Amino acid sequence: MATQTSNDGSFLNNLGRVYGFYTGGFLAFVIFLAILEQVGVPNKILGYLFVFFTIAVYAIIGVLSRTAQVSEYYVAGRKVPAFYNGMATGADWMSAASFVGMAGTLFLLGYDGLAWVLGWTGGYVLVAVLVGPYLRKFGAYTVPDFMSFRFGGNFARFLAVLVLVACSFTYVTAQIFGTGIIASRFLGMPFEVAVFVGLLGILLCSMLGGMRAVTWTQIAQYIVLIVAYLTPIVILSTKKYGIPIPELTYGQAIADITAREAQMLKDGLATTANLKPHITPWLTYTQLNFFAIILCMMVGTASLPHILMRYFTTPSVREARKSVAWSLFFIFLLYFSAPAYAAFSKLEVYTNIIGRPIADIRPWMFTWGELGLIQVCGKNAASLQAIVDACKAIAGHGGVVRLQDFVINTDVIVLSTPEIAGLPYVISGLVAAGGLAAALSTADGLLLAIANALSHDIYYKMIDPNAPTVKRLSVARILLVIVAVAAAATASTRPADILAMVGWAFSLAMAGNFPALVMGIWWKRATAAGAVAGIIGGFGIAVLYLVVTRYFPGFGVSYLGMSSLTNPAGAPLIADMAKAMAAPNAMDSWVAASHPLASKVGWFGLTNIAAGLIGMPVGFALIYIVSLMTPAPSKEMQAFVDEIRKPRGRTILQEKD
Amino acid sequence: MAPNKDTSANDEAHWRKTTNLMWMHLGIWFFFGYVIHFFAPALNKIVILGFPLGFYMAAQGSLIAFVVQLFMFAKQQDKIDREFGVAED
Repeated sequence: MATQTSNDGSFLNNLGRVYGFYTGGFLAFVIFLAILEQVGVPNKILGYLFVFFTIAVYAIIGVLSRTAQVSEYYVAGRKVPAFYNGMATGADWMSAASFVGMAGTLFLLGYDGLAWVLGWTGGYVLVAVLVGPYLRKFGAYTVPDFMSFRFGGNFARFLAVLVLVACSFTYVTAQIFGTGIIASRFLGMPFEVAVFVGLLGILLCSMLGGMRAVTWTQIAQYIVLIVAYLTPIVILSTKKYGIPIPELTYGQAIADITAREAQMLKDGLATTANLKPHITPWLTYTQLNFFAIILCMMVGTASLPHILMRYFTTPSVREARKSVAWSLFFIFLLYFSAPAYAAFSKLEVYTNIIGRPIADIRPWMFTWGELGLIQVCGKNAASLQAIVDACKAIAGHGGVVRLQDFVINTDVIVLSTPEIAGLPYVISGLVAAGGLAAALSTADGLLLAIANALSHDIYYKMIDPNAPTVKRLSVARILLVIVAVAAAATASTRPADILAMVGWAFSLAMAGNFPALVMGIWWKRATAAGAVAGIIGGFGIAVLYLVVTRYFPGFGVSYLGMSSLTNPAGAPLIADMAKAMAAPNAMDSWVAASHPLASKVGWFGLTNIAAGLIGMPVGFALIYIVSLMTPAPSKEMQAFVDEIRKPRGRTILQEKD
Repeated sequence: MAPNKDTSANDEAHWRKTTNLMWMHLGIWFFFGYVIHFFAPALNKIVILGFPLGFYMAAQGSLIAFVVQLFMFAKQQDKIDREFGVAED
């Protein structure tokens, strides 16, 4: 025990040196691979080296951080400094959807895509001001710990676990899916196999050391992912504009895009119907849904357990607050660069593909065309001949690529930028390693949140409060594996549209957790009955809205007074609702995403991604009304709330080790 | 809210100041998160270094505001805690 503590001490005192060496070693590794590439080592081997070497490093950190202490397993011993916890939170936060998907969304949607950029950053203000530091003072291991203590015991705990599992499982499935896509693309494995290989990497990091291992690997993963994300566009910006700050130079690219858009319309290469000007707001989302998505993502941030629990690991309340600021800073580095990726790619596509004779098409496209990710004239752009043939088949095609001829999968934007910029393959490998780091780190955090809730809250607190430490940790590890395999199995069935799934996770967290957390801290009069009613009512109606609009749309229209959503111009998505409802499939249940009514109906024209916006006000109202109808919380409880509000003093909850 | 006589006057004052700080920061958050973006079409007419201002605010400006705001908040709240003697040692 004594040696472990002193080891810890020297490790914590030398964090800067340790991660400095690590970053240097990583850069040396990239340079080494660049030399190998020049010597003629094939790309495929370089790709494998990248992926396996980085995963091996994470696994080694994971194994070195193994622990047999409960507080180390659940909250990393509460000694992670603010700056490093910020980095770990950054990696925890930024997923495959952020790393690979965000720039692609901005490419396709232009201004409207910025709803996600805003929504996924501004929420940290709510974390710092309303929730995070107070939970740190409370001294919980999990979010349900707080709910149980503040709101009268195990029923509230059980509800909180339900909310946690619902949102985290939706989210982790999307992450493992992303891991599978990256691994299959760069290693050429079948997708279903790649999902389980990715899973192995995730488990190696988290299983032995819990939060302690996840923390130190997430910091390592953050360094890889931010280097990988920024390198290609910094080089591209320097090559094109002479300044290595892409966030500054992409303004010029946007001006060029806007000029080119006008030119394309004039030349008949695009029509006003299919061209969405990059900078014009509210062409994809209605104004209502644009702001609703921002609000749901922000409030969801302050309600997601895997994020909140990162702030349980800091040494003090003061450090927790600083740590939120550092988290947002590290997240900001990636998010304010994503629009630069989108702008550079769009300019390339608009100037060097659209309006070009087919014979001049750029060779970088064929790599992605072969995988079916870029289509020209309705066929995969696998080779020049394939495109020429496809376009010839279209009547009246002039042999020049028009906007409507060109379809690109959004994942390609980030992954193809190194090739567009004419950079060596080693940079592409670096980007793949970064994407993998992003997906693995988020999946780690989410799996840990779920497994901790099941082992600590359900098993230890509700089933066997006398379980010895060894047994508690074994149960935690076994549950971690079970949840991970279940998530991988779900992911390998390829549920569609990652962005929507992630959006649902935020909405569910927002509806279920936010009102009870905020009222529990900021309103002493909030009672157990009020909170229970608020969680059931708010979460319940959000789930109902989501499930009905997505899977039972006909039922929603017939019995719940739902109507068609509208497009930004104000026209309903379903022009003739009576006709659609008369169709034989109108009342089908568990409909596929392609069903004509699925996700196209609702209340107030609100998209189901923002279902939390319906649940949250219901939750707040119920907590308020029911609390006033029930007797005030005991004097002791009110004194506890006073204690949570002051940083000084012992934590409220003292867990025995 | 019913006054609770178990809460000391010092704690009450500390919480009042904390609450004021909370509302101030929520105000700033609301302005940069929502209000300014209502005017995106109008702001887009102003162009700086190629960036239309409405686009710039959503892509970078508001994000920078959030980061700066959080570092300020950590400092301000700590000052309040110290003033009332409830900060950690």
